[in-house]
Amino acid sequence: MRSPARRFALAGCALLLVAAAAAAVLASGDASARPTGGTLRLVAYSTPRDAYAKLIPAFQDTTAGRGTSVEQSYGGSGVQARAVIAGLKADVVAFSLEPDMTSLVKAGLVTKTWKQDRFKGMVSRSVVVFAVRKGNPKNIRSWADIVKPGVDVVTPNVQTSGGAKWNVMAAYGAQRKLGKSHKQAVAYLAKLYDHVVSQDKSAREALQTFLAGRGDVLLAYENEAIFAQKRNQPLDYVIPKATISIENPIAVMKKSNNKTTANAFVRFLRTKPGQLIFGENGYRPVLQSAAKKFGFPVPKMQFTIQYLGGWAKVDKRFFDPRTGIVTKIVKRKGG
Amino acid sequence: MSARTESLPRAPAVGSTGAGLGMGFATAYLSLIVLLPLAALVWHSGKAGRSNFWEAVSDPQAVSALKLTLAVSTAVCLINAVMGTVVAWILVRDRFPGQGVVNAIIDLPFALPTIVAGLTLLALYGPNGPVGVDVAFSRTAVVLALLFVTLPFVIRTVQPVLLELDREMEEAAASLGAGPLLTFRHIVFPNLFPAILSGVALAFARAIGEFGAVVLISGNLPFKTEVASVFIFGRIESGDAPGAAAVSVVILLISFAVLLGIGALRRWTTRHDRA
Amino acid sequence: MHKWVLRLVGLSYLAVLLAAPVGLVFWRTFEHGIGPAWDAVTTPAAKHAFVLTIIIAAIAVPANTIFGVICALAIVRRRFPGKGIVNALVDLPLALSPVVVGLAFLLLYGRNGWFGNWLTDHGIQVVFALPGMILVTIFVSLPFVVREVVPVLREIGIEQEQAAATLGASGFQTFQRVTLPAIRWAVGYGVVLTTARALGEFGAVSVVSGHIVGKTETATLHVEERFRSFDYTGAYAASVVLALLAIATLLAMSLFKPKEATR
Repeated sequence: MRSPARRFALAGCALLLVAAAAAAVLASGDASARPTGGTLRLVAYSTPRDAYAKLIPAFQDTTAGRGTSVEQSYGGSGVQARAVIAGLKADVVAFSLEPDMTSLVKAGLVTKTWKQDRFKGMVSRSVVVFAVRKGNPKNIRSWADIVKPGVDVVTPNVQTSGGAKWNVMAAYGAQRKLGKSHKQAVAYLAKLYDHVVSQDKSAREALQTFLAGRGDVLLAYENEAIFAQKRNQPLDYVIPKATISIENPIAVMKKSNNKTTANAFVRFLRTKPGQLIFGENGYRPVLQSAAKKFGFPVPKMQFTIQYLGGWAKVDKRFFDPRTGIVTKIVKRKGG
Repeated sequence: MSARTESLPRAPAVGSTGAGLGMGFATAYLSLIVLLPLAALVWHSGKAGRSNFWEAVSDPQAVSALKLTLAVSTAVCLINAVMGTVVAWILVRDRFPGQGVVNAIIDLPFALPTIVAGLTLLALYGPNGPVGVDVAFSRTAVVLALLFVTLPFVIRTVQPVLLELDREMEEAAASLGAGPLLTFRHIVFPNLFPAILSGVALAFARAIGEFGAVVLISGNLPFKTEVASVFIFGRIESGDAPGAAAVSVVILLISFAVLLGIGALRRWTTRHDRA
Repeated sequence: MHKWVLRLVGLSYLAVLLAAPVGLVFWRTFEHGIGPAWDAVTTPAAKHAFVLTIIIAAIAVPANTIFGVICALAIVRRRFPGKGIVNALVDLPLALSPVVVGLAFLLLYGRNGWFGNWLTDHGIQVVFALPGMILVTIFVSLPFVVREVVPVLREIGIEQEQAAATLGASGFQTFQRVTLPAIRWAVGYGVVLTTARALGEFGAVSVVSGHIVGKTETATLHVEERFRSFDYTGAYAASVVLALLAIATLLAMSLFKPKEATR
């Protein structure tokens, strides 16, 4: 009399076993062919996805990279950094700016010595530019122009996007370079935020908001503007006279299972072939010999984050989630 | 015809050991999948992190998002109450070619992934849309997206009631000289009202939490088009999980209160139907 | 006369809101021919995304079905304290925003969550990996089988089951031969709804997935990822596949639907 019950129980167990087996197969790795060179996982900020689409195959063509498969994840720099800290596995991390890397150092995930090479830990450079509608109808050329009445500004959210922080420091630094005091420069930032109409999570999303018709000017990485133009999107860009020199850090994770290949990958990115690919995709190479080939204009009043005291100081002072100068400005604007 | 189970002596439907195992499994499952995450959410909402509960909830951007969410959800429910009844009406009381197809596609918003819904609306009513209408990045876009995902609810709760409705009273009213509007107001509508309320309750619960359909077309502009779910997502991405949890708990409480209210209203309108 | 007004109003509403947008996406996808669209959905990343979606559904749907039937039986046929809470918990997934669902699981299994330390110590990855995505999908698609089976169980009553018991049938036999056949259409309908919900989940998986292209992106996340990469053909093409799955679901729904709702 118990056999029908047993049959039912067996059927139920079989179903669950199948499900569990499927889960086990998946959890253990990809069903596709196992790459001979192992797998690398790259966690990066939002904009370089298109550059890496070219860089990764180039790396795979080298002896060091043969047979390696590279998994990638892209998103706002701050978002990605926090995800890695929260457990997102990675072998190579590439962020928009140093503070995000520092947060990983603090969490014990990246060694303190990540900056100690001839490139100071950086892999690519850029500058902050004004992306405008084709033909620049509102004739936006300077930082003063973007706070004129009636001008709407698109810039991402500073709490999630690295590009947003670069934009703000470019704005602040430009004012200081032009001779304004700290107080006046902060007042400028407040004025700027009166014109900001969007708060996208990442630089890439901000670009899409701008291209969807929102705003008159987008504060952006030069490489994003170049990327959009390459994609035949209707925009022009202006490099303001005073702007910040952007440097993007990269590092290999301490707990990487594939350190040799990961280090080889990062090394490749900084060789001439790698840097040339970066250049072709709108990034300013960190390698001098590659940079020479592209003729990126150098803004007359270009400055680095060092001019403003370095990221450690700046990040705390301006972007601390409770006491930061910009945090307060953004909060005030809404209320 | 079928006896109500409460009035009969209780009989176990499955053997005791089987039942015990089954209950154990169901309890464990429900606790692990639903109860535990909910508890973690509520606990973290009170955790002092970047900000405590009240700071997180009284943040101007949070308040704005909550207000906007409630406003558009209410508007959407009102529109649904009217249009849902209209569509249910033409599906039940009317006959036209292609009616079966129309009846079937009503359920499409149930089956279509929300992100696809958002993409489709953006394609048609966004900046590159063929009809020259561009409502992207506006509150209209939010309303549009929510109307899409809540489309089936009122229709599907009203349809069965309309089907079962006894026509005799309407015919009697007509024979006494009442016009169609009067008949609707005094005879049909009171019978439909509870069903409309049920549909509205479901639509409201869905609308206040909607994310995928809204995230592409609304532009997520703080203080303008940012709904609660997008705001919460932003808080999560900003690393402020306790703040996100706090606002989530508030939304949960509000929706709970509204649903209780609608339920009470519904019971009041059907008070004469119960024995 | 008012019939025509109602018809016009109702049908235009549906056309503007439903038919036109969905139709346009089909149009946009095949605008440049089937070739580019086919290429877009057969990239490794796209293929993986669809496989991942199906695998997640293949786990979530049976789990929720088994749970759903057992839970429905418990709710209708047994008396126990806290039934109201059980009902509320089962309905909760319908009221929670998907983003909040993802957050709740992050707060439970993420590094700083309740189980975070234990999981890290044992090297188990839940969030930003497949298990987390499966769990949230189970959560959001949980209620459907329960909600479909409960009213049917209520309606059929226990007379037949009692009769089977008096004839000497064991609990399992009764379940297998009497209860199950009576509820199979309700279960079928519930399974269809559960599947549709599992295939279409976006917000919750977006929070817990880590967005690893070709690894932890479901079909819905893939649509968003293609959109963010300016690959509109890719986004539309993947959407069309999902829309076709949705239409298949619709057909299955009308097959299993309880008779009262149709003419």
